[in-house]
Amino acid sequence: MTAKTSDKKQSSLREWLIVMLLMILAITVGSIFPDVRPRILQSAWSVTREMVFILPAVLILMGLFSVWVKKEMVEKYLGKAAGGRGIMLALFLGALPTGPLYVAFPLAAGLRQKGASLSNISVFLTAWACIKIPQELLEIQFLGFRFMLMRLSLTILTAVIIGLIVERVIPAADIPKEYSTGLTRFI
Amino acid sequence: MSLSETAILINLLTLSCLVVTWFINRNKARQALVMAWRSFMKILPSILMVVVLIGLILGLATPERLSAWLNARSGWTGLLVTGLAGTILHIPSIIAFPLTGTLLKAGVAVGIIATFVTTLTMIGVVTLPLEIRELGKRFALLRNGLSFVAALLIGWLMGMIL
Repeated sequence: MTAKTSDKKQSSLREWLIVMLLMILAITVGSIFPDVRPRILQSAWSVTREMVFILPAVLILMGLFSVWVKKEMVEKYLGKAAGGRGIMLALFLGALPTGPLYVAFPLAAGLRQKGASLSNISVFLTAWACIKIPQELLEIQFLGFRFMLMRLSLTILTAVIIGLIVERVIPAADIPKEYSTGLTRFI
Repeated sequence: MSLSETAILINLLTLSCLVVTWFINRNKARQALVMAWRSFMKILPSILMVVVLIGLILGLATPERLSAWLNARSGWTGLLVTGLAGTILHIPSIIAFPLTGTLLKAGVAVGIIATFVTTLTMIGVVTLPLEIRELGKRFALLRNGLSFVAALLIGWLMGMIL
């Protein structure tokens, strides 16, 4: 147990180190190219704003999810035995108009710990990333209906195939338990 | 739907779930909030990484530079290079679709556009640290690698058919 705790501390220390290095890099780039500086600041600021508005809500939603939703339920509908219906559900959940991709990772880890299969986790993430109802509307508007429909069908197909490959290749024990958000520890 | 509308929707949903939980079982509501806080502390460094990386990348790659660069490439090299560009860049779809629409009208091949849009949305090198942290290195790398190959194939197929 102590080894694990110090491991965790070390990994978080490493992460903070990377954050510092990146900031130093950004500051260096900003001082060498002053014309780029406002754009760097502005894009970083807009992401920060996005996160501030969405992330707390998503995290609380996840907390509520793990308080209410029983492991058996996730296992039944998104587990290995759920089959094609599990894949459909994962696609549907991912396609709901929700926040950016990075909020999906802790959610996916939570689902995983409650017994969802790796293929369904992968389908869920891929769908979350690139199948979104508002996004498809934008795509129709700017790239045309035929383009959207074709890319959408190909994307759904590949999301499922990628999920099936991931399930085959990765051993189930590979998903980190102590490094993830660790929601199940409370239940 | 714009970001702010999405944000309002999610926040309203969360707030109502939290209020309902609070009235049914205060302990559970408290527990959920504690969990949310702990998760936040755990992913904070990864989030900061994402913020700084996005600032750097978007600061350096202007839309004008990008379209000039894409226009100069064709064939499989074009697919590969645009695929990589889409992987590294992190552009919200509200900007990405108008941008690619302009590129399409400017004469960039359909396959290249499809590859670019697909990698842009499907793969995030920038968010990779978060994905690795939550789901493990092998899962994250495999999923993103396969997505990259899939994006190239999608672009190639669409270039052939459309």
